[in-house]
Parts: sequence; C-alpha cells; structure tokens
Amino acid sequence: MERSSPAVSEPEVYRFQEALPPLTAHEATVEANRCLYCYDAPCLQACPTHIDIPSFIRKISTGNLRGSGRVILEANFLGATCARVCPVQELCEGACVLGKDHQPIQIGRLQRYATDHIFDRGVQVFTPSPPTGRSVAVVGSGPAGISVSAELAKLGHRVTLFERRELGGGLSTYGIIGLREPVEVSLREVEAVQALGVEVRTGVELTDREGLDVLLSQYDAVFLGLGLGAVPALGIPGEEAVLDGLEVIEASKVEPWRLKVGPLALGQRVVVIGAGNTAIDAATVGRRHGAEVEMVYRRTENEMTAYRHEYEFALHEGVRFTFLTQPVGLKVEGGQVTGLRCVRMSLGVADASGRPRPEPVPGSEFVIGCDTVIAAIGQEKPALAVALGLSLENGYIRVDDGLQTSEPRVYAGGDCIRVRGSASTVMAVQDGKLAAASIHAALSASAVAAD
Amino acid sequence: MADLSVNFAGIRAPNPFWLASAPPTNSGRQVHRAFEHGWGGAVWKTIGAPVLNISNRYGGLSLGGQRLVAINNVELISDRPLEVNLREIAEVKRMWPDRALIVSAMVDADPRAWREIVMQIEDTGADGIELNYGCPQGMSERGMGAAVGQVPEMCQLNTHWVTSVTRLPVIVKLTPNVTHITDPAHAALAGGAHALSLINTINSVMKVDLDTLLVTPSIGGQATHGGYAGPAVKPIALHMLSELMCDPTVRKSGVPICGMGGIQTWRDAAEFLLLGASALQVCTAAMHYGYRIIEDFVDGLSNWMDDKGFATLADVTGRSLPQMSSFGGLDLGYQAVARIDPDKCIQCDLCYVACNDTAHQCIDLYSPEGVKVNPGFDIHDGGKQVAQGRSTPVVREPDCVGCALCANVCPVDGCIEMVSVPSGRPSVTWNQLTATRPAVTQEWGAMEAYRAEAGIEIH
Repeated sequence: MERSSPAVSEPEVYRFQEALPPLTAHEATVEANRCLYCYDAPCLQACPTHIDIPSFIRKISTGNLRGSGRVILEANFLGATCARVCPVQELCEGACVLGKDHQPIQIGRLQRYATDHIFDRGVQVFTPSPPTGRSVAVVGSGPAGISVSAELAKLGHRVTLFERRELGGGLSTYGIIGLREPVEVSLREVEAVQALGVEVRTGVELTDREGLDVLLSQYDAVFLGLGLGAVPALGIPGEEAVLDGLEVIEASKVEPWRLKVGPLALGQRVVVIGAGNTAIDAATVGRRHGAEVEMVYRRTENEMTAYRHEYEFALHEGVRFTFLTQPVGLKVEGGQVTGLRCVRMSLGVADASGRPRPEPVPGSEFVIGCDTVIAAIGQEKPALAVALGLSLENGYIRVDDGLQTSEPRVYAGGDCIRVRGSASTVMAVQDGKLAAASIHAALSASAVAAD
Repeated sequence: MADLSVNFAGIRAPNPFWLASAPPTNSGRQVHRAFEHGWGGAVWKTIGAPVLNISNRYGGLSLGGQRLVAINNVELISDRPLEVNLREIAEVKRMWPDRALIVSAMVDADPRAWREIVMQIEDTGADGIELNYGCPQGMSERGMGAAVGQVPEMCQLNTHWVTSVTRLPVIVKLTPNVTHITDPAHAALAGGAHALSLINTINSVMKVDLDTLLVTPSIGGQATHGGYAGPAVKPIALHMLSELMCDPTVRKSGVPICGMGGIQTWRDAAEFLLLGASALQVCTAAMHYGYRIIEDFVDGLSNWMDDKGFATLADVTGRSLPQMSSFGGLDLGYQAVARIDPDKCIQCDLCYVACNDTAHQCIDLYSPEGVKVNPGFDIHDGGKQVAQGRSTPVVREPDCVGCALCANVCPVDGCIEMVSVPSGRPSVTWNQLTATRPAVTQEWGAMEAYRAEAGIEIH
C-alpha cells in the first residue's frame, strides 16, 4: 500500500507533547527544599533501582544539578525515561513520608528536571574503564538492553547492542505514548550508551538458536532483552479489522500521519478492548486524535490492571468505560467497521488469578456502534524464548538470581523473564544492572583463569 | 480585649509596636501612612550630620527557599536635609498626637552639636529622643554610631550631654557589636538615660556571589561590612535583652527597655515582652512585607493575651525572666529523656541518624514485628510496600542524656518530646558543688568519685 505523509499540523504536535510541563528552576528549588532528606529513605528503598533519591534532591536544592543527575544515572542509566514513565505513585512517591498527612515530594518531576539538565547540556557523566578485552552481545535495545550495555561499557567491556527495528530504545521509543515520554528522550539514552563506546546495530534480528550460537561464538557473553510478543488474538469473527494497540501507540510516536491514512487510520468512534495501562494509552491516543473513545472490559473497575492513577488519567482525558462487557464479534459493512458486538458479563467465583471469573449473561448481546476497534489485552509470551532452546518458566525465560539462563554465558532480563509481578521499565533497568554485575563477575573470573 | 497601650519612660502609645529608626521611617509621608495602618509609634530615621549614601545598600540572605531570613545594609542615616526632616516630624506629630514619635539622632561627639540638635528635636513636639550609638557601618568610621556605643566612656559622656539639656525622655540604642552588652548599658545609665533599646544591627558580610565571585552587595566592584538584621538575629537580641533585664544595675535603675531585632510576627514580639521588653521596634519585617503587617501584630498579640488572661502589657513584661539563670545555677540532678510518639512518627529516621552520628547513640530501629533492625535494604526489593515494613525509631532511655538533638531535628510537631524522669541523682547546682566540694570541680579523680557516689553514669 502506498503511504503518503501529510504534514502534521502544529496543534496536533502540541497534543502529543508531554502531559506534565518541566519544572521551572524556582519550582524545582521549592520542591527540593520540601524534602526532609530522610535517612535510609523509604523512597530509595521503594525504587527498584534504588536511586539515592534524598541525595539527588538535596543536590537540586543546593544548585548542584550536575551532581544530582549523576546520582540518578549512576543508579539508573535510564533515569530520564523512568522519570517520565515510572508509576511513582506505586514506588518512590508512594513511599514518601510526607504522603502520610500531605503531599509527597514530586520525585518523578524532580528526577526529570535533573536528568534534563544533563542531557540538554550534553554533559558526559560517565567514562568507560580501560578495555578488558572481553565482549558482550546484547539483544534488544529496550530498557533492559540499554541498562546492561551501559553498566558493562562502564566496566570496560566491549558491547554490541542489536536491535531489530530502525530506531533503538525498544519500548521507550515505540511503546510509550508521547504524552508521557517524547521519542527524543529515549533516543538520547541510546546516544548516551553509544557515547560510552557501545556499538548499536539496528535492523538486526535474532530469530533462532543458530543465531544465538553465532553470537556465542563471537562474544564472551550474550544478554537477551527480548521483551514480549504481539497482542494475542481475540478469537472473534471480524478480528482481521481490529487494530493492534501497540501499533497504534507506535505510530502515534514515530509516524503520527499513519493514524490519519492507511490501515491504521483512526475513525471518529473508537472502541478499545482491554483495561490495562497499554489500553489506556491507546485510548488516550484516540482521544487526542479527536475521536470519541470507549473502553470495554469484561470485569469491573476493581479488577482492571491499569494503575488507579492511569484510570483517573483516562477519565480526565474523556475516555468512557464500559465494564462487564465482552466483545464477541465485529460488525463490518462494505469493508468498514460499523460496530462491536458484545455480551454483558456478570462476576462469578474467583478464578486461578484470584479475581472473580466473568461469565456471560444469557441473551444480553448488544452492539456498540463504532468505526474503529483497537485491542490491547496484554502481550503474548516471547515466542523466541522457545526457539532459542532455553529453559522456560511458564512461557518466560527461566533465569537464576544472577539472571543467567539455563545456558552458561547467556543472560536475560526485562519483560521476557517477568514471570510474576508487574512489568515495568524500572524493573527492566534493575535487571540490566543485576545481569551486568553477574556477567562482569563471570568475565573477571574467567579472565583470571585464563591467566 | 487586652489593653495594649504603653507608657514607656513617659512616652505613650496605643500599642507597643513601633517602627524602628530605619528606611521605613524616612519621611513624613511614610510615617503618616504607617500610622494610618495602625503602628503605635515610630522612631524617625536618624537625623544629624550630613551624609552621602551609596548604591546599592542591601544584601539579602535566603535559606531553604525562604527569602530575606536576614538583611544587611550599608545605608547611612537620613540623607535628607535636617530642616526637611524636622518640619515633617512636627507635622506628623501634630496630626497624630496619640502615637509615639521619637527622633533618632546622631551627631559628632561634641556637646555643642548635641545641644543644637536636641533643641531642634524638642521644637518639633516629638515625644522622645533615641541616641543612635549603634550603626556599625559608615558613621562609625566618622566617630559616631557604634564608635560611641562601643566605648563606655564615650557612651556615658555623649548621653550626659543630651540628658543634661533636654526635658524629653532619652533612649540609648545599644550596639550588639560588643563583648559585654552590660558595659555600654551601665554607661548609658550613668549618663542619665531614661530608657534603653536594643539591638542595633550586627557587623556582617552577607555573601559572595558564586557566579561573579563578587562580595554582595557589590558597590561598583567593591564591598564593605554591613549591619545584619531580620529573623535570623532574634536569638541574639533576646539574649542581650535578657542579659540586661537580669543585670542588677539595670534592674535597680528601673529603666524600661525597648526590644528589637528580628521581630517578624506578634509571636516574636510576645517573646521579647516575656523577657522584659516594654515596647518593641520592628524594621526588617516591615521592609519585607510593608506596613500592613501591623494588623496581625496587634490582633495576634491581643488574642494571645486574652487567651492567657493577660489584661495589660505589664502582666506580660518580664514574666519569663525568673527562669533565666547562669549555667552554675542549673540543677545538675535534673534529667529529661526523649520519647518518640510512634503514632506521630513518619519514619524519616532523621532522629536516628542525628543521634547515632552526632549525639549519644541511644536510638534504635525496630521492625513492625518488634525486632531490632539495622538500616539498609535488600537490592531485590522495591515498591510501595516497603513503606509498610518500615522500621520505627525507639529511644533507649537509660542511655539517653536528654540532649534533645532528636527533638530538634524531628520534622513532626509534638512527635518527640523531652520528658522529665527521676534521675536518682542529688539535686545540686554547679555553684553549690563548687562551694561545698571544691575538690570535685578541680580534680578528675574527685570528680569520678563523686559521680560514682551520685550515680552519674557517662555513656
């Protein structure tokens, strides 16, 4: 299909700028001065990457912004991304002692303020150690891949980072709506890892065990940051007309015109199936394109997996929610979607996940009129994990405490190992740190043995 | 409603809040406007010798985002012609007969110069004269201001020249830039002063600009020391006030003291009153927020007095003075310990780090299960739930010396209280010990024996 790329008008770009403006210098100073500088601070403990939050905030209050940014990036190379995408309400800000009787410190926005200072000025925070002569292949340039690459490069190892797409950054670049994180932010993190000497090779995809063996023959260790698979099929008639929520989000970031023309074009009445954070992002994209957006979910708001603040954000954006509703098919007339056929559900007894099982209400079928249906009902387990011949755990790559897979010299992290617990960028970053530490330990030990 | 009126050395005013001699009282228009806002009195900006001011004149101090915690100035006395000031003083006094209008003056150390200006001030109808023996900058180099206040003989002589020729009450304003504030105070009393006021500003260099490396305020690339004032100086002023109020000579003289130095709210004002001031002067707060602050000064003080059952200012003045003592008069047997209210504790652990790093290592951390734990975290943990499992600081009371550092660093009101506990030690002061058992205070061996006997354990 031929693609044209009409110029994106000003207001449209504006709608996709970050939802929260950056703090001004005065705001940042006032906010930083509110911080109590707790000892053994709960915010630090709550952060999966354990950024020394009281220290970086104190440095903002004293005007030492370079030092502040360094504290953040030392613990979390993707501090700029995490400042924007972390569910801070669930992590650092949720643990802030000031939240007990008033407002917690706006840690996320302060972190953004400090890391912006570093990136806007092109400050080089790190220098690589002298080369160790050891090399590591990192597959996937998402948060886990960038994190492990940066940590290994700092230690002096030669790192090659492979990315199957055109741009590096993975989820940060393609999977986070621009309201939260502009694409420039994740691309700057890719540049920062390149500045440490990491070679980034885009357009290269690992597809099978043979490919992994080639990497193992050329590198001392391999790290797999593969992410997850596609949105699973709904298994309903007319499914071929359903848009993939991840693709919609991706287009909104890197090629917004694709939401206007061609197969991803959004209509005026959009229905989003699902109620997770990705579904909310897809719904927000629809709203910002001027469509009426309705989200359908087969359970109730009590069971939805989106964070509470995300749900409220969606309501604020004008997204409507229809709970206890299960799609059963699309109505398509003359190749055009005209509606989503649904049935009402009721909640039954708890299922294996501990949540009440939704059951269809007989004879309750109805149609929601719409011209676009987007599905965002989670992602499939990484299919590549099977092809690589590694041990799996519930469909994800099995790793030990040091994030080593069943295969010596092969490590993995990020969403592809996230068997339990909620997946998040910041946890992928921590995986990268933990994997880098064990890879470094292994390489150092083998270096000694070789001597 | 409490009666806030004052009679200070014969100077009457509807309330004790007077603007200090400074930029806020530089002209008739200003003082008129201040009185419209409700100020009980004003001390006119110092008149006297001809001067030339420079630009710029103020350095500000910010702390933790709070602007103007202190200010320093290199401003001189009034640079407006003497005749203009005198005429405006007379006009304001005519319009506001019920308000205290005091004229601050400063001239060369010469009896004729003083006599001349005193006569001119009397002719305005002003209620009193304040002798500015305080200005630390500009005038002192010319032998005036602090140059007089810092030398008791000069202070006495200059005061005498004034008191011997005027029928008006004479207030001597003291400089804090001395080792013993009582020395110039005694001199002023010997010179016949009817009242004292303090403190004038403190010598200071405010700051250095880290971008330009210039000392602030920079006057064409050069700098000088200036007079320090504002909220930050209040404790120094309270100390000097209480020192005078406890001084036998000052007490015997019965002269009233007008307190000033960092009064920012009615609360500060009440503290000055409780430590013996019978009238108050305010400057920096007015320079920061304008004359309008007087409304809450009067309202707040009045409401507080009503709450406390104080009918007049005389009920308040000096009420807390009996507590003032010297170290030698304090009870060595007294024991307080810190107690942390677990329900109020927000678990910031500032008390823990303060005690363990810099005090007496008597605060421990306990997990919610009641197990003593160390600070630190597991690198594999993270998330909101860590706040639920957070430990709580607990004071190990037998080891607490009652230093109160924890209570001072705690950010939550009323969370850490210093509680009196029986010490089991004899109630005795250092002075008593020195008198009755001198060996204890002079030999370590005797001291250790005394400690063993008295059950005093050093942790």
